[in-house]
Amino acid sequence: MDSILTPAESEALLLSLRISSVAVLCALPFAVAAALLLARTQFIGKTLVDGLIHVPLVLPPVAIGFLLLTVFGTRGGLGGWLLVHFGIRFVFSWTGAALASAIITFPFQVRAIRLALEGSDLGLNQAAETLGAGWWDRLVNITLPLAFPGIVAGVVTAFAASLGEFGAIITFVSNIPGETRTLPLAIYTALQAPGGDVEAARLSIISILLALLFMSLAEIAARPARTGA
Amino acid sequence: MSVDVFLAHDFGDFALDVRFTVGQPGVTALFGPSGSGKTTIINAIAGTFRPQQGQIAVNGRTVFDSAKQVDMPARLRHTGYVFQDSRLFPHMSVEDNLLFGWRRTQKKADSGEIANVIALLGLEHLRQRWPRNLSGGERGRVALGRALLSSPEILLLDEPLAALDAERRAEILPYLERLRDEARLPMLYVSHQLDEVARLAHEIVVLRGGRVVRQGSVFDVLTELELPTLAGAAPAGAVIPTVVGERRADGLTALAFDGGTLLVQEIAQPPGTKVRVRIRAEEIMLALEEPRTISANNVLLVQVNEVRHDRATHADVQLLCGATRLVARITRASLQRLNLAPGKPVFAVIKSVTVDTQMSAG
Repeated sequence: MDSILTPAESEALLLSLRISSVAVLCALPFAVAAALLLARTQFIGKTLVDGLIHVPLVLPPVAIGFLLLTVFGTRGGLGGWLLVHFGIRFVFSWTGAALASAIITFPFQVRAIRLALEGSDLGLNQAAETLGAGWWDRLVNITLPLAFPGIVAGVVTAFAASLGEFGAIITFVSNIPGETRTLPLAIYTALQAPGGDVEAARLSIISILLALLFMSLAEIAARPARTGA
Repeated sequence: MSVDVFLAHDFGDFALDVRFTVGQPGVTALFGPSGSGKTTIINAIAGTFRPQQGQIAVNGRTVFDSAKQVDMPARLRHTGYVFQDSRLFPHMSVEDNLLFGWRRTQKKADSGEIANVIALLGLEHLRQRWPRNLSGGERGRVALGRALLSSPEILLLDEPLAALDAERRAEILPYLERLRDEARLPMLYVSHQLDEVARLAHEIVVLRGGRVVRQGSVFDVLTELELPTLAGAAPAGAVIPTVVGERRADGLTALAFDGGTLLVQEIAQPPGTKVRVRIRAEEIMLALEEPRTISANNVLLVQVNEVRHDRATHADVQLLCGATRLVARITRASLQRLNLAPGKPVFAVIKSVTVDTQMSAG
């Protein structure tokens, strides 16, 4: 791979993969919880919660980046508190990029998992209950395994979407080589330099190949769920 | 072993208000037309439905009491629930399905008991298979085994045969009979098929419109002439407990019952075995004089006990043969011609007798 890609390209590629992995996997438990809440419970304000979860789908990513900067900036309330008490700093850091990606791709995960939960038979849960399984037992051994294809589909889709995130990342954590310069940011940077078209084209091809790879993975993951096997 | 049930729940367009007790090990049928509240009752016993009012005790242990705010979670009630649609876990092998409840119960069946259940239900060759590769009948048997291995105090069966075709039913019924005879468990069997009830049950609770309209032994209730009106169902017939006698020189075997003997052909059970026979109302002809030259093997002298002729075409006649009740269905014309009335002695010509497999109790 090193022979094909320049050091800067592989740096951007690996950074993109790392940020997206961390973003999607850290968001997963919350996505499962949110999907369970929406699919299995009724409560006042459910529509509002549903709407809030889906806000990142319709809000401009730049706006999300700006909101994150306001909240998690070192002079922002939460950001300052985290820095003082835990030494955690999101701004200008790859963890910040992961946070931004996680929020933007959260709806993709929730939607896929929720669909899988709504499609699975509640009667099986009831059967498990009469056989002595408690709430947590049923979640781990019945609900989640049955929703597994949906969970995988959600993870892969969110991961693919996360690879393309630009606006929120550049607004929140800036464009620092080796720290926050993911593939889309690298393409943007290449285009800013005179004669950077070739470099931008190479990076774009890498992005296209990655996107294709993950979308087909999502397709394969969703297939067993559709045939009901 | 006993289950005491009192339930009241108002669904708006339908109100459930039932009270009954299931006494001994054996099958108690909850019988009634669709929408009479049968499944709701066993859901309440299992803890998957919460009635507005009620008291439910399993073996003297209160699992639900609305007055005392007792509502034990379903997972602690130790009811073995066999659902109509089996509800096997599709992501687990048959083996893991079977042991799902076993792994979660305190008083685990030992390996010998597990082997017994697996042999009883003929599951050995299915253990490594997956639910999606099983036939409907096999699924039903696995569901039964899974419930049994959870060491339940009562088995709740919600029309376990309803989703199956006639062939699969015939495949699984013998297993249910063996279960009834070998597992020392009270079983509550929901059904709207009178022939299943006649074959399996000892006791019957007849439900209609959310209320108990009859309760008693199948031997008594199934010969009640009111039953078709009460339960909106099925032709009546007699269910009679008998004891197998010696095989006779002419090849027939005598089955002794309280009131006489019945002759049947080819019976697998050895002398002394208790078997249950069923005689459908359509299988009995009535004669005023003894028919001496007739192909039927069974002609019994009986007494008319009750006549019911509220139907346009036929009349049901309840007959007493000693202490045993039979029911005959004849045409209105025959009823008038024979001039049948309670107390009148007649000869019952029995065209065919259905012998069920071994039964241990009652």
